[in-house]
Amino acid sequence: MAVDSVRRTEAIVRARGVSRPWRLLSAAFLAGALLVGLGVGPVGIGAWGIVESALSHLPFVHVHSPLSALQEAVLWQIRAPRVMLAALVGGMLAIAGSAYQGVFHNPLADPYLLGVAAGSGLGATLAIAYGHVDRSGQLLPLAAFVGGLTAVAFTYVLGRSAGVARAAGALVLAGVTVTLFLSAIQTFVQQQHSNTLRDVYAWLLGGFSTAGWKQVAVAAPYVGVSSLALVLHRRVLDVLSVGDEEASSLGVNVPRLRLLLVIAATAGTAAAVSVSGLIAFVGIIVPHTIRLLVSTSYRAVVPLSLVVGAGFLVLADVLARTVISPAELPIGVVTAFFGAPFFAIVLRTARSVR
Amino acid sequence: MIELRNLAVRFDGTEAVRGVSLEIGTEEWVMLIGPNGAGKTSVLRALCGLLPFAGEARLDGHDVKELGRRELARLIAFVPQNPVTPPELTVAEYVLLGRTPHLGYLATEAQGDRQAAARALERLDLLPFAERGLGSLSGGELQRAVLARALAQEARVLLLDEPTTSLDLGRQQQVLELVDSLRADGLTVVSTMHDLTLAGQYADRLVLLDRGAIVAEGGPNEVLSAANLATYYGASVRIVSDGDGLFVLPTRA
Repeated sequence: MAVDSVRRTEAIVRARGVSRPWRLLSAAFLAGALLVGLGVGPVGIGAWGIVESALSHLPFVHVHSPLSALQEAVLWQIRAPRVMLAALVGGMLAIAGSAYQGVFHNPLADPYLLGVAAGSGLGATLAIAYGHVDRSGQLLPLAAFVGGLTAVAFTYVLGRSAGVARAAGALVLAGVTVTLFLSAIQTFVQQQHSNTLRDVYAWLLGGFSTAGWKQVAVAAPYVGVSSLALVLHRRVLDVLSVGDEEASSLGVNVPRLRLLLVIAATAGTAAAVSVSGLIAFVGIIVPHTIRLLVSTSYRAVVPLSLVVGAGFLVLADVLARTVISPAELPIGVVTAFFGAPFFAIVLRTARSVR
Repeated sequence: MIELRNLAVRFDGTEAVRGVSLEIGTEEWVMLIGPNGAGKTSVLRALCGLLPFAGEARLDGHDVKELGRRELARLIAFVPQNPVTPPELTVAEYVLLGRTPHLGYLATEAQGDRQAAARALERLDLLPFAERGLGSLSGGELQRAVLARALAQEARVLLLDEPTTSLDLGRQQQVLELVDSLRADGLTVVSTMHDLTLAGQYADRLVLLDRGAIVAEGGPNEVLSAANLATYYGASVRIVSDGDGLFVLPTRA
């Protein structure tokens, strides 16, 4: 066969990654969302003021912030940590959702599939009920984080002991079992301590009203490491789309890969949940939007989920704090309000999204 | 190229394959035939590392049990009976998946990998389809895409589990001719086959399995006898042979 015909055709033989327009568009979406998040609120701050103020904080750049002392304080002590946290959590939930959907060959998988949500819910409830921790306390995220990881560890052990650890289905069923069991305990504890109902409920609905730089510092390392791990595995996730058996005959150690991806996605999700409560739908809406608009290849879905998820949750949080201002809507209400109808559309159009 | 000695596979206490010993030379095409449940697929799956087995299996001198998953995948490519073909993947993307055993764990394809995939596509006349989604292909085109992925693996042995299921007669012949021509590039082929007439026409050697053991082995004339087919398949057939080969015709007793 002719060498130059192979050279010519090699150009078309490539996997669709994230094309340049989509890269620019998603970056612009995130940047726009961040500016809106920083600028909107009772104290209005213009986009240019934000940029100049940001530059004035950089070393070796001689720009004077045009903002008043009040605006500076609002921007950097209140809004910036809140926007950063929403971005970290949104990016993490979306990328973890995309990975779970690939690992479990299930378009409806979300990052809470293996029991993180129920586990951290129980951890938080126990902390509030017995530890007398309030919503802004330091111990609450820790209790939620430990609860979430413990629940997933239980799920994994149960799935393995079912003797069919190789099959993704066993793990999903184990996740359902653990979720139901822990939710039952959580409800019981909650009923026993009805004075805690309000705090627990507020936590479960999720939100960023207590966000500060401290929470950002807690979540950032986990989100950083686990999303990096997931982005690096984007091609391998495509290999998994031909099923466990064929992926295995292509030299992939499927059980080990699944464990690794579950650990990465779970650690990041648990960290996100611990600082923000349970925020539904982000992990499903965002990856599916990308599948519908850009490409079904995980080379596109995984990295774009991170960027778009971050922007999405920042915008959702802006709605949550402005719609009934000065009161706040729980952010879970906002994401579910937009998520549920979207989800219905996905269900109608989903062919077999793997 | 392939040496099996006393290969045995057990499922939950029952022996699916027992005492299978075979030697298969380079560029040979051996077809495993036998009734449903005879253990044909299990032999293939054991050989490519998908099933644990007892006994010995050597590929090109290497002990299969000592080879890592990736090393094994570089030596042997497996095409299952019903491959999973995600409809949204393009043909090019699907064929590139065949490069997985040659790539570092977290690496993406380099130019050499894209060229290998392009060669596989060219070999199977799939270049015009490179950017089409798998979901838009016909059965015959799809089977060629699956073969192209296996070729892109650049393995020395090709295992095909019922490569002609769900193809019409013409496509069956095309696929089999194609596989036959691939052997000229140094490929050794082991396949299972339901259609005994086609098996007799394309295989260098037939191996008849029954309840996990080899019961007959050799050319079509030796293996495809009415007596063998009655004994092991419980089938009533007439064997017709002329200058063009041997035909297995079902009869109604």
